[in-house]
Amino acid sequence: MTLKTLDTVKHASGTPEAEQPWKELGLKEDEYARIREILERRPTGAELAMYSVMWSEHCSYKSSKVHLKQFGEKAPANDAMLVGIGENAGVVDVGQGYAVTFKVESHNHPSYIEPYQGAATGVGGIVRDILAMGARPVAVVDPLRFGAADHPDTKRVLPGVVAGIGGYGNCLGLPNIGGEVVFDACYQGNPLVNAGCIGVMRHEDIHLAKASGPGNKVILYGARTGGDGIGGVSVLASETFESTGPAKRPAVQVGDPFQEKLLIECTLEIFREKLVAGIQDLGGAGLSCATSELASAGSGGMRVELDTVPLRDATLSPEEILMSESQERMCAVVEPDKVDRFMEICEKWDVIATVIGEVTEGERLEIFWHGEQIVDVPPRSVAHDGPVYHRPYARPDWQDALQADDANKLARPANSAELREQVLRLIASPNQASKAWITDQYDRFVQGNTVLAQPEDAGMVRIDEESNLGVAMATDGNGRYAKLDPYAGAQLALAEAYRNVAASGAKPLAISDCLNFGSPEDPAVMWQFAEATRGLADGCLQLGTPVTGGNVSLYNQTGETAIHPTPVVAVLGVIDDVNRRTPIAFKEEGQLLYLLGETREEFGGSAWSQVVHDHLGGLPPAVDLDREKLLGEILISASRDGMVDAAHDLSDGGLIQAVTESCLRGGNGARLVVPDGLDAFTFLLSESAGRAVVSVPRSEELRFTDMCGARGLPVTRIGVVDGDAIEIQGEFSVTLAELKDAHEGTIPALLA
Amino acid sequence: MARVVVDVMLKPEILDPQGQAVQRALPRLGFEGIADVRQGKRFELEVAGPVDDAALARIHEMAETFLANTVIEDFIVKVESEKAEKAEESK
Repeated sequence: MTLKTLDTVKHASGTPEAEQPWKELGLKEDEYARIREILERRPTGAELAMYSVMWSEHCSYKSSKVHLKQFGEKAPANDAMLVGIGENAGVVDVGQGYAVTFKVESHNHPSYIEPYQGAATGVGGIVRDILAMGARPVAVVDPLRFGAADHPDTKRVLPGVVAGIGGYGNCLGLPNIGGEVVFDACYQGNPLVNAGCIGVMRHEDIHLAKASGPGNKVILYGARTGGDGIGGVSVLASETFESTGPAKRPAVQVGDPFQEKLLIECTLEIFREKLVAGIQDLGGAGLSCATSELASAGSGGMRVELDTVPLRDATLSPEEILMSESQERMCAVVEPDKVDRFMEICEKWDVIATVIGEVTEGERLEIFWHGEQIVDVPPRSVAHDGPVYHRPYARPDWQDALQADDANKLARPANSAELREQVLRLIASPNQASKAWITDQYDRFVQGNTVLAQPEDAGMVRIDEESNLGVAMATDGNGRYAKLDPYAGAQLALAEAYRNVAASGAKPLAISDCLNFGSPEDPAVMWQFAEATRGLADGCLQLGTPVTGGNVSLYNQTGETAIHPTPVVAVLGVIDDVNRRTPIAFKEEGQLLYLLGETREEFGGSAWSQVVHDHLGGLPPAVDLDREKLLGEILISASRDGMVDAAHDLSDGGLIQAVTESCLRGGNGARLVVPDGLDAFTFLLSESAGRAVVSVPRSEELRFTDMCGARGLPVTRIGVVDGDAIEIQGEFSVTLAELKDAHEGTIPALLA
Repeated sequence: MARVVVDVMLKPEILDPQGQAVQRALPRLGFEGIADVRQGKRFELEVAGPVDDAALARIHEMAETFLANTVIEDFIVKVESEKAEKAEESK
């Protein structure tokens, strides 16, 4: 029994020389030395467990912290910001007394090992983060990256991930309104499964993760704690203690969305009755994280009786209980006279709730196991004052060669027939093809408030049935651009998501990011990370959209090969009346098509260079954030005043990609004319940023072009919505039927 | 013809929402005294030909790669001759 060998604080003080498996738990020698210094003795097994998970890269941000600081330092003044970085998720004011909280997180590694459960619990985790802020979750989004579309392992990982996201989200009754699916060989051994969630609340309902008020009770509620999700602690359990349980604990967690649904409704009822003083969800690092973060953010200390935690497996050791990542659990701090009512509500929802401790006068986090003290630490040292690394970084020596390998010099189509063939190949390529086979597996319309979802530019949900106030979100990130230039690549991700939100008619307010990179111990990767964060912080300052929070995922690599640097940016926007939204579909024949912005010869990192030449080199498209802002303002004004009926942002795949999607969505063709000064190839396939195509009713033509002219936005009439083919005058024509087959057949053929 | 049975169960430390749902339903239906329920899958494979070591090795491989998700599930392979089955039934 573990009791016999219980490593109490007293025992630890008396046996300073006992060997401890700090190395196996992922701690470095100097980190272990620092723990001993903080505690002025060796840590107990339970303390070692807590420090090792909380000081891990995932929880402590020890490599990224020094760079992430910029998001605060360079934050633009923004009245909408109610809660900034550091809480479970940021909160912004969207007007009419409503506040919105949103965040994107990664669940990359678990999803590779066990695609279904990894992706499902990724959704569960981000939903609890949003819930912990006091908000009702209203929508989810999922930016995904997989290996080559035709690789056999992609066929193992992708369907599992998609089914997991759909399964969990659909069971919760949350619409999945957006995200992305990108294929690239660099993600073969390391797919990226990012998950985002949006929650809505009234201003007065914001809740924070802190434990204050001595005497207040600490209540753990939700699912029982089991042995799932215990990573490194198996080492600890087997090396330091008599091994009684299963030899190997899996690092994978299994979620139960119906339990989560109960947890959501139960928690929202508890909020309504104002029963909690502080609240925190249990995600990575489980109870270690929740207790230390709550205590650290509050004024006092905390005392926890660990043996009161309800278990699914009675053989769990205290270390395992502290590290378990069992899903669907929350931790609340409740005033003593409100505990009874709290318990009643939990009982009503069939949610197990247990008082596991209380807030104390002192400044220590103390944990007891059957009356014996096994943890006595300053909570801040666990939760906030972890190690901080200034990792060396250096521009990789191959960067110059990569940038010099100019994509603009690649062989271009020699004639119209070849251009036509390449266009068809492009729109049928896995990255440019319709993702309906994937997004159709998600419920996009449950709850009845979704007004825009994939394949629209942004997802949009109504949050007030009376006023029709709504919020929109788009997520973007182009790893190919970021590989060529991480600074510009991060800004292009930001610019694209910003443009997508504006194209839907919503005003961009704030962003969240999920920064997916390789190993921080590689100076080249660290340079990519430093450049990308700098680019993003500078970009946010210029666009006036603060970073409200997010997530960093490092060590995304297979052996020595890192993934492309992949900063994924989620932009949140607000729209006063969702009836004013702008869809992408060209619905009305006879409407005029205008191209907004300037088209240059920019093919570095383009979809064309990948599909036709399997090439990655040169520089990504130039970034002009002032232009993006102006374009955004024009799109929003045009939407509000009814000057455009459709708008679609231009990004990867260029104009022809956007026009194809808008035509297929609307069931109408288009006749396009190559503008003066451009060749057909550049017109159709360049990926210059800061552009959008809009469909303008004839009655609005003058008003619209006058507005663009007055504001100094280049606007070019490029054609008209007409017929059942896309015709590029003087070049070629493709019927909608042929486009549809090419665009919609690829993904089902590969994966169905 | 010999029958080989593959029993697949979630690993003990993995959450079993179905088992829990059954366990919660039992007392509601008047069945008291059950402390825990775990639910699994049973595959009955009718083997054409002899069940020798080679056949069992194949079945083991089949179970490991296809019938069970060994990241979260354990499995047991059992040979069940017809006699043994009859004996089982008569108990």
